[in-house]
Amino acid sequence: MKKMMLSTVAIVALTGAALADEVRVYNWSDYIDEELLTKFEEETGLDLIYDVFDSNEVLETKMLAGSSGYDVVVPSGTFLQRQISAGAFQKLDVSQLPNAENLWDVVEARTAQYDPDNAYSINYMWGTTGIGVNVGKVQEILGADAPLGSLELIFNPANMEKLQACGVHFLDAPTEMIPAALKFIGEDPDSHDPEVIAKAEPILTGVAPYVQKFHSSEYINALANGDICVAFGWSGDILQARDRAAEAENGVEIAYNAPSEGALMWFDQMAIPADAPNPEGAHKFLNFIMDAQNMAQASNYVYYANGNAASKEFLVEDVIGDPAIYPDEATLENLYTTTPYPARVQRTVTRMWTKVKSGT
Amino acid sequence: MKRGVLIAVPYVWLLALFLIPFAVVFKISLSDIALAIPPYTPTAKDGIWNMLTQLDFENFVFLTQDDLYWKAYLSSLQIALISTILTLMVGYPMAYAMARAPEQWRPTLLMLVILPFWTSFLIRVYAWIGILSTEGFLNQFLMWTGIVGEPLTILNTNTAVYIGIVYTYLPFMILPIYSALDRLDGSLIEAAEDLGCSRLKAFWLVTIPLSKNGIIAGCFLVFIPALGEFVIPSLLGGSGTLMIGKVLFEEFFSNRDWPVASAVAVILLLILIIPIVLFQRNEQRQAEAEG
Repeated sequence: MKKMMLSTVAIVALTGAALADEVRVYNWSDYIDEELLTKFEEETGLDLIYDVFDSNEVLETKMLAGSSGYDVVVPSGTFLQRQISAGAFQKLDVSQLPNAENLWDVVEARTAQYDPDNAYSINYMWGTTGIGVNVGKVQEILGADAPLGSLELIFNPANMEKLQACGVHFLDAPTEMIPAALKFIGEDPDSHDPEVIAKAEPILTGVAPYVQKFHSSEYINALANGDICVAFGWSGDILQARDRAAEAENGVEIAYNAPSEGALMWFDQMAIPADAPNPEGAHKFLNFIMDAQNMAQASNYVYYANGNAASKEFLVEDVIGDPAIYPDEATLENLYTTTPYPARVQRTVTRMWTKVKSGT
Repeated sequence: MKRGVLIAVPYVWLLALFLIPFAVVFKISLSDIALAIPPYTPTAKDGIWNMLTQLDFENFVFLTQDDLYWKAYLSSLQIALISTILTLMVGYPMAYAMARAPEQWRPTLLMLVILPFWTSFLIRVYAWIGILSTEGFLNQFLMWTGIVGEPLTILNTNTAVYIGIVYTYLPFMILPIYSALDRLDGSLIEAAEDLGCSRLKAFWLVTIPLSKNGIIAGCFLVFIPALGEFVIPSLLGGSGTLMIGKVLFEEFFSNRDWPVASAVAVILLLILIIPIVLFQRNEQRQAEAEG
């Protein structure tokens, strides 16, 4: 018995010691070049524990429950804003972040609407929400003039009825789908007025029966394998699917288009929880990520644009030259952003989303 | 003294693993949503008296105002009931065959039933995605044999949920039925046949009634967890699969409304108490009959 107690004490002491040189990062799935993780461990001598999630809601629940045990987390703009007001994050210590000079002011100006003065977060990646298509299959079904780059493709029931057979996935995220539906009918996508939001419902319920699944990460593989032919999802994820299909040489050709009606522009921000066990290690991780070459390596791998101006010279042509990733001026004008819903509106939104998905 | 300790153990167990967690959930279900850590008020920080006076049943009233909730409870009951019947139909013949197999085979057969537990439940459910998807093994096989011309859509439908539940909970059905059939005295069936029963009639009149307790135990062991199932419907089910486990997840994660999520959980528990009490009574009766 005594021996057992001794070993328990030893284990507790060991984990206590381990915590100090451990950094725990909670990031989106398929969102980094894993070589970077090893590189960080080699450079800093810290142990990196890297976990992934696929929805802002899951992250937010962990943040609001407190004591998540993570040192760095990556919420998107609107979620970041709400979690800051709940007191979930600590202010960044700029003196520990010399690489912050690499950041891109154009992106910082936009992220400041969620995090004033960017006091709590740095931009990791940003992108748009749009339409991924299996070009061959969709053109086979809808003809060569199929509206591949228009919301018409996914919100017009006539098109969706035909596409149903080859499979359509939507993001399981009302905060992405409702603004898109509002944009489609010419309403303000960032409206917080329940009456305006309600107008999105008939659009979504009209096409929901033809959606095979509402899910926020499965579509990468499903598109790449040819299991589905259309997905409404995040730009880089769809570009990853395009790449996986090309590598597998399975004859599947995937294309990404930001909707011509206007696309939602989102920002994933790295922040440090208020109760992070190792804030010093967290700052080291942020500083490591803001290194121009490291950030470029991440973007070259995941096909998302980043908020790092200095990294641009290290980006491969496939990334920096692709207007789907780094949009040109005209497209940039066509992008919109959203702000968080107040709690009561949030309930209406989620309730509507459940109704859209399940029919009740 | 020793006896007192012995009696106290199950009560401490009940208190620590059931009553205290339930009290916490029940308390949250009476609170209000807030943008804070944790996301509800009041908390113990406000002082016990303040906390108690601020609690109310508002969230339970809310559940009655929206038909989503009772529809989800009903649909869960239906899915749990149908999958229990299906599991019984698949499990009974397997248990019967095992009990009738030669003595030296039985340990191996028993082992084979338990073997899947060596792999994580989550991985086994994930494997079904690979089997049931449009481009999956099942469809490839059916297309290859020419049974179907077009791939069947099974994944992301209720059918896939039924397959998942039957597969996952099958051992819980087989084991109690097997143990009931194993104990069955073969001479009773011989006697029934000697007295003019056909084999089928002897099965209906002797074997089934004598394995009744195993059937009941198996059905409860499948029905109770299936009712609150979340993993199987969320991985294999489609957008139309309405189950209370999924609604609970939405309340908790999408709405960040812990109080309403807790209220949903409290009602689910109340619904489950009925079959659990029936199950306990059955077990007790069986123990008395044997004692």
